Amino acid sequence: MFTRTALLVLKKDFAIEVRSREILYTTLLFALSCVLIFSIAFVKEGEPLLDAAAGILWIAVEFAGTLALGKTFERERYSETLRALLLAPAPRAAIYVGKMLGVVVLLAVAEALLVPLVALLFHAPLLAQPLLLMALVAAGTIGFSSVGTLFAAMLVRARSRDVMLPILLYPMTVPVMIAGVRGTSALMQSPADVPSAIMWIGLLASMDVVFMTIALWTFEPLMTE
Amino acid sequence: MSDFDEVRLLDVSRHFGRRRALSHVSLTARAGDILGLLGPNGAGKSTIIGALATLVAPTSGEIHYGGQRARALGDGLRRHIGLLAHELHLYPELTARQNLEFFAQLYGVHSGPAIDTALERAALADRGHEEVQGFSRGMRQRLALERSLLHHPRLVLFDEPFTGLDDHAVGIVAGRLRELAASGAIVIIATHDLDLADGLVTRVALIREGKLLSDEPAAAGLRARYRSVMGRA
Repeated sequence: MFTRTALLVLKKDFAIEVRSREILYTTLLFALSCVLIFSIAFVKEGEPLLDAAAGILWIAVEFAGTLALGKTFERERYSETLRALLLAPAPRAAIYVGKMLGVVVLLAVAEALLVPLVALLFHAPLLAQPLLLMALVAAGTIGFSSVGTLFAAMLVRARSRDVMLPILLYPMTVPVMIAGVRGTSALMQSPADVPSAIMWIGLLASMDVVFMTIALWTFEPLMTE
Repeated sequence: MSDFDEVRLLDVSRHFGRRRALSHVSLTARAGDILGLLGPNGAGKSTIIGALATLVAPTSGEIHYGGQRARALGDGLRRHIGLLAHELHLYPELTARQNLEFFAQLYGVHSGPAIDTALERAALADRGHEEVQGFSRGMRQRLALERSLLHHPRLVLFDEPFTGLDDHAVGIVAGRLRELAASGAIVIIATHDLDLADGLVTRVALIREGKLLSDEPAAAGLRARYRSVMGRA
């Protein structure tokens, strides 16, 4: 029942997005604009600032992710459909997992465009270790989305949710961003510092487990008024 | 077994910070009842509906579903609860059929014939493929009503179910509520519209400022009774 409900919620979000394409286009445009503006600022006479690419990649992911989280839950707020989801005869944490997976998929699409763009604009060897980079980005995205989904769901009925979401989310996800940036920097070295990158991936995976456990544990009490 | 034929609020209070939304409310509704929760805006009607729907946790007191607490009945309890709130719980970007299919699947209902029946009952059989955002308030309300009843709930909770409906649609919804009660559902309606409640509800609970002022069988002259109780309090 848990998995079925989570997948149903994911499928429903996907069906809505296919019809509207609102969140995908907004998120992509925002992420791409972010990277382009940074490239104008940090690439002088064809020479990018050393190691800037890693930070810019993760800033773009974090900002675009915040936008996607806000928009995803705005949909559930419009007709109070989140309450209808919470009435489903399944563990309420399944609703959380379904919404979180939707954000992860959306960010994965954004990252599939962001990574090659950052590599191109900043002359960064991001694709030298593609499997390790995928693992790093996936672990970072899950960590960010797990915390973000919980906060976005909590704030869905708050009047100042657009202000409160980044205020709550950014401090909590600083460790994820640090690990993501440091891991990406390790992969960009020549030759790539594989042991360090693996260490950062492991750290991110540990954070994912902690964040997910806390979120699954607290979602139901937080969502019950 | 999480089905039940009676729901009981026992000394339920609910505070939101310093605001007291419900104060020591005790109330029972049985299968076949259409219980009207009547009172002015802010009386606590929606809080009672939310608490019965397991969306609002009482600060104190207990809610029993057929003699058992919600916690004891687990997530399966919600299979027996249908809620139609003022906000209609529909996805405007999806079609009427997609909305019904999603909620049917969420409740484990075999979607095919159930969806067709629900669309027919909502008088939307020929518009099932249209996005809900193009519907009038009345059409959405009828669809939302059928959405909330897709899984044949035992406890049917309606919060202001007649908002935005014309007289014809009100008649259809009222007929549907009587039908549900006759089939053994416990129907609870929160409304401040006395004219619509008069002649529909079988029992009346009058509420003001979170307090239950009266719980009695419905009788003729509901408006006069309402004025008398509210004026006295």
